Amino acid sequence: MEAPALSLKNVRKNFGPVEIIRGVDLDIARGERHAIIGPNGAGKTTLFNLISGRFPISSGSIALNGTRIDQLPPQNISRLGLSRSFQITSIFHRMTVFENIRCALLWSSGYRYSFWSPLWTQKALNRQAEQLLDELNLASRRDLQAGLLSYAEQRALEIGITIAGGATVVLLDEPTAGMSHSETEYAQALIRRVTEGKTLLMVEHDMGVVFGLADRISVVVYGQVIASGKPEDIRNDRAVKEAYLGALTE
Amino acid sequence: MNEAAAKPPKRSRQLWLWAALILIGVAMPWVFYDWHTARQSGFVLTMMSQMGMMVIFSLSYNMLMGQSGLLSFGHAVLFGLGGYCTVHFLEAAGHHSFPVPLELIPLCAGLTGLGFGIVYGYIAATQRATAFAMITLGLGELTTTAGIMFHHFFGGEGGISTDRTNASSLFGLSYGASVQVYYLILAWTVLAALGMLFLTKTPLGAMANATRDNFERARFMGYDPRRVRFLQFALSGFFAGIGGGLYAITYEIVTYDAVSGALSANVVLMTYIGGATFFYGPILGAILITLLQSGLSLLSNAWLIYVGVLFIGMVTFAPSGLAGIIGAHGPLARAGRLGRLLVPYLRLSIPAFATLIGFSGAVELTSFLTIGEAQGKHLVLFGETIQVWTPQPWIVTAILLIGGGIWLRRECRAFARIWDDLNADLKDRSL
Amino acid sequence: MEIVLNPLLNGFVYGMLLFMLASGLTLIFSMMGVLNFAHAGIYMIGAYVAFDMSRLIGFWAALIVAPLVCAAIGAGIEVWGLRRTHHNGHIAELLFTFGLFFIIERGVQMVWGMLPVPYRVPALLDFPLFRLYGVDFPAYRAFMLLIAGGMLLAIRLLLTRTRVGLIIQASLTHPQMVSSLGHNVPRVFTLVFAGGCYLAGLAGVIGGNYQVTEPAMAASLGPIVFVVVVFGGLGSLSGCFVSSIVIGMVQTFAVSIDGSLADLLGPIVAWIGTDNLAGEILSIPVSRVGPLLPYAMMVGILMFRPRGLMGTRDT
Ligand SMILES: Nc1ncnc2c1ncn2[C@@H]1O[C@H](COP(=O)(O)OP(=O)(O)O)[C@@H](O)[C@H]1O
Ligand SMILES: [Mg+2]
Repeated sequence: MEAPALSLKNVRKNFGPVEIIRGVDLDIARGERHAIIGPNGAGKTTLFNLISGRFPISSGSIALNGTRIDQLPPQNISRLGLSRSFQITSIFHRMTVFENIRCALLWSSGYRYSFWSPLWTQKALNRQAEQLLDELNLASRRDLQAGLLSYAEQRALEIGITIAGGATVVLLDEPTAGMSHSETEYAQALIRRVTEGKTLLMVEHDMGVVFGLADRISVVVYGQVIASGKPEDIRNDRAVKEAYLGALTE
Repeated sequence: MNEAAAKPPKRSRQLWLWAALILIGVAMPWVFYDWHTARQSGFVLTMMSQMGMMVIFSLSYNMLMGQSGLLSFGHAVLFGLGGYCTVHFLEAAGHHSFPVPLELIPLCAGLTGLGFGIVYGYIAATQRATAFAMITLGLGELTTTAGIMFHHFFGGEGGISTDRTNASSLFGLSYGASVQVYYLILAWTVLAALGMLFLTKTPLGAMANATRDNFERARFMGYDPRRVRFLQFALSGFFAGIGGGLYAITYEIVTYDAVSGALSANVVLMTYIGGATFFYGPILGAILITLLQSGLSLLSNAWLIYVGVLFIGMVTFAPSGLAGIIGAHGPLARAGRLGRLLVPYLRLSIPAFATLIGFSGAVELTSFLTIGEAQGKHLVLFGETIQVWTPQPWIVTAILLIGGGIWLRRECRAFARIWDDLNADLKDRSL
Repeated sequence: MEIVLNPLLNGFVYGMLLFMLASGLTLIFSMMGVLNFAHAGIYMIGAYVAFDMSRLIGFWAALIVAPLVCAAIGAGIEVWGLRRTHHNGHIAELLFTFGLFFIIERGVQMVWGMLPVPYRVPALLDFPLFRLYGVDFPAYRAFMLLIAGGMLLAIRLLLTRTRVGLIIQASLTHPQMVSSLGHNVPRVFTLVFAGGCYLAGLAGVIGGNYQVTEPAMAASLGPIVFVVVVFGGLGSLSGCFVSSIVIGMVQTFAVSIDGSLADLLGPIVAWIGTDNLAGEILSIPVSRVGPLLPYAMMVGILMFRPRGLMGTRDT
């Protein structure tokens, strides 16, 4: 059998004396769209930080397509085809929108640390960046400093940077947080389009987006996965209702 | 002041500007040609040569400061070591054991700069931000302290000297005349500037900007920020080394000054005042500071105070430097509305001038009270000797400084209002 | 014994002087994130002002007034300068203080001239306190120790017994949290900055006549103080104390050792010869390498342990 795209085994993390992630087991099959839901402070972002190598784990193991990644620095994990977005927008503020996207393409296009290939002659690279800008609906903002974009545009750029490098496993942390209804709908369509054929792991609070996109859902509460399954199962799960969904519908 | 909000200027116009700048460089010695003695002005040549080196040096510094967001307080080390090595190269050339023509010796200096850049960069690139600044400060102090200790390489306090005519020439030139050296410097300045401009447009240059803005995100895109810092540092060492090589060739002596903290500080000031966020900013800064150094230092004992105050003013009010101030006028200029600022600028200039006079008056009076006194100099203004021990000049100065300052503040506010209105208007139209 | 005890005592005096400078700097750096380049400049101003005042009103009055002048200057710098550059980030603040140092240095040269000024130890304290293995220990150094020790005690009491002190302590380890405590943060910053400058000024008053009062005194001491702060670690006053003493000792001890590597590696050096670079490096006496040591220590610690000796977070 093919190894799962992402596999977490008994992952734990503590900051000082406090254990924030308390033994998470999670398998995500290739091509699956998996949503993680849970109350604020449950440890969802921390989980992403552990998977992507931002923080070291305290114990357990994480594997990407069957390879252990829990001891690797973020850049090496990224090179293995895992990419993530940030809940708090993390872009290159003083560079133009186009440059932001192009930077995100560089490594996967094999440029590495090249200081001998002039970027303006790299037709294929530039075309790819333009195309992505079109897809993100940011073409009209091409030469604007990224820091001057509107919030929703910055979120779109955040997603763009995340998927630009052609990662096969994509982690999105609350991609629609703070968006209006119409913006959310647009973002949902965008995410569906750009993650076609990829493995998606997504933290999301908007239940419309979650149930619209996800094949499977895991519920994280207080650093543990309390339920994991198909959307309809989760919707009907008593424990989940009590712990989380109930709080929302009250 | 959102200079980046507007479209960038056309490439062709930029090309013209560059060409004009080079042309000025080529023509300058002949503008100040003395037909009686059939010689170029030595003063102008020295100044322009100095400008060339400093342009290279501050551009190389900006590869760290502006492009990578790294603040180095020991950049002169790379410059100076390039210079010291060049002296040794030239000495070797004198013994016929270094068969490289003088035209290419700056390249060798660059390579030694690269070598030192690799060593120092390996150490410094482990950190960023304040810790990086501290490491470079430490490395700078280490090197300068060592510089006094090792006689063999550094020649102790007196430095080491050489003769540039030791080396051969590709074009059969003797390089005895400083105008020949000047053109060599000019050529290398253009080459080095083009090289550094090229580097900004490569993947490494792009990632340097990216790690400057957000080093963490760069990691999640597959890049190791430490590697990026290291490469930028090493490459900037290459160009700093070229500058140092030209320094050694010009002055034929390299002393402790060339690696000193004072020069490291100077390059910070030059680059920042010129404008670190623009590629051409450091060029402006190097030219301005060298002009001040050559001109003002003759007139005033206290010229460095003016530079320091200018620097602080820039840090506080114009963080993108002279280039930023110029660049901010771009959108208005392209819309053909720069004329609207003429009157506001005139209004601004009067109190600004008064304040400036008041300030420099205060500085000069103080300086004549102390240093001037010790040197037996007198403050002469419009042919009259000013008595610095009498209250009148002080009162006039105080009135100019304080009154001008208050007036200037008001005018600045008014100016800011007009500026904002004009730019808001421009934005409305473009939408 | 005699080669140990005398340097030990002098190293301790020098270390205490360093601590007076470094404690203020580390408080400012830990709380505000600004590495204050002008700090050694304030120290120099303290020395020069004390020199002028000791001629006008006497040393003892200068001991009181000069540090206060420095504190006032510090408060002015914080309120009219640093606070305005704050929104441009730490690098801008660093550059601001850097420019300030530049101006202070030139300004001092302009006002007091390039040559050292004859700032002397007060006559009252100008006698040897005791003799140790044939070397006099001046009473003034004991006085310096007294002042520095008193200062240390005062800081401790201030930090542990007063409200402001507790806020400062909390913010040393968690600078982001201060603002959420709901205190008047700008006022605390001004207070800390002025306090740091007071200490620097006081160090200037008692250090100016211990060393030499000249325009280069700031540039030569400034980097050492940075070394102390970085070596001790951010957010830790005890780390700062330990590293002050260590650096003070290292510097005085190195100066008092006459040997060189060549003495240990005699035959090898004889084989290499001393007229080339390698031989020269080996035969440099340790006393001359002394000034290099603090910087080597700083670079090393920043490379391998950026949080310093006892720091709570990375530099
Ligand atoms: N770097 C850190 N140091 C200490 N505690 C942290 C850190 N990052 C997160 N935490 C704590 O971990 C808990 C989970 O946070 P987070 O993962 O952001 O939650 P979520 O994303 O589910 O809302 C919170 O209580 C937070 O305070
Ligand atoms: Mg979160």
